[in-house]
Amino acid sequence: MSNRVVLITGGNRGIGLACAQLFLKQGDRVAVTYRSSPPAELDGENAMAIKCDVNSAEEVEAAFKQIEAAWGTVEVLVANAGVNKDTLLMRMTEDQWDEVVDTNLKAAWRCAQRASKAMMKARFGRIVFMSSVVGYFGSPGQTNYAASKSGLIGLARSITRELGARGVTANVVAPGPVETDMLNALGDDGAARLTSLVPLQRAATAHEVAVAVAFLASTEAAYISGVILPVDGGMAMGH
Amino acid sequence: MSENPEAFEKFKKCAVDVLSVDADKVTMDARFNEDLGADSLDLVELVMALEEAFEVNVDESELDGVDTVRQAYDLVTGKQSA
Repeated sequence: MSNRVVLITGGNRGIGLACAQLFLKQGDRVAVTYRSSPPAELDGENAMAIKCDVNSAEEVEAAFKQIEAAWGTVEVLVANAGVNKDTLLMRMTEDQWDEVVDTNLKAAWRCAQRASKAMMKARFGRIVFMSSVVGYFGSPGQTNYAASKSGLIGLARSITRELGARGVTANVVAPGPVETDMLNALGDDGAARLTSLVPLQRAATAHEVAVAVAFLASTEAAYISGVILPVDGGMAMGH
Repeated sequence: MSENPEAFEKFKKCAVDVLSVDADKVTMDARFNEDLGADSLDLVELVMALEEAFEVNVDESELDGVDTVRQAYDLVTGKQSA
């Protein structure tokens, strides 16, 4: 059993929640942040839910402080919080761009920066960024989302070069379609169109993404850093 | 600036811990890169440790041109008495 301190942003539903449940099962202590509704399915003394808007530097700082006071420093960070505001390039507003890039990319950087100080000191850390297949496959109507998700790749790889020698790894998980609220929001047609591009001809479960996260975050995965691990049923093979 | 033996011992302990070097190598004239094998990230890490130990804040910009132990020591202890 591992007993590490794990922080998952956006851990109240979907992939983040599935990650939280898997880390808890492994014996880790898991803090999740949520913006509006706390997770219903997380309880026990090893779970903590913190209301925190990752776009606020103050709230992120407060969340880290709360975890540190209760359990000590964060050893595993899963930067998962993300939003989408889909619309075609011609119709996208600056606000739609900013909201998505700020939440998906800048806030991930903010959390990684805050976590990395203690990780560097401890000579141990695992950072996993939740990217997406569209970060390198592209997706019509998602210029903001895709750009933010591919930005995470450069972020992870630069952290690998900066902190690799300190025992800190930074990796990227790139899911294809996953059975989450985000996919459901596309409607049946939209979801079917997306899964038709997947050789496995179905969406992933959130748990299937979580196992990839848990692997990259495992203590044993010490020599894996700067990689993109697709969990996409073969959707973007070769990209 | 004259050195205070107690403050220098504290400085030395941080350097030994963070840079994993022998204590006797941490002299006032030691150069971080050439003598102590410290790269830029090591220096940032050392300054973080010094900030904690000496209860001061050092701006990133102030690290420009800091090459020797003496320069770093003066920077940190200078802030303390200020």
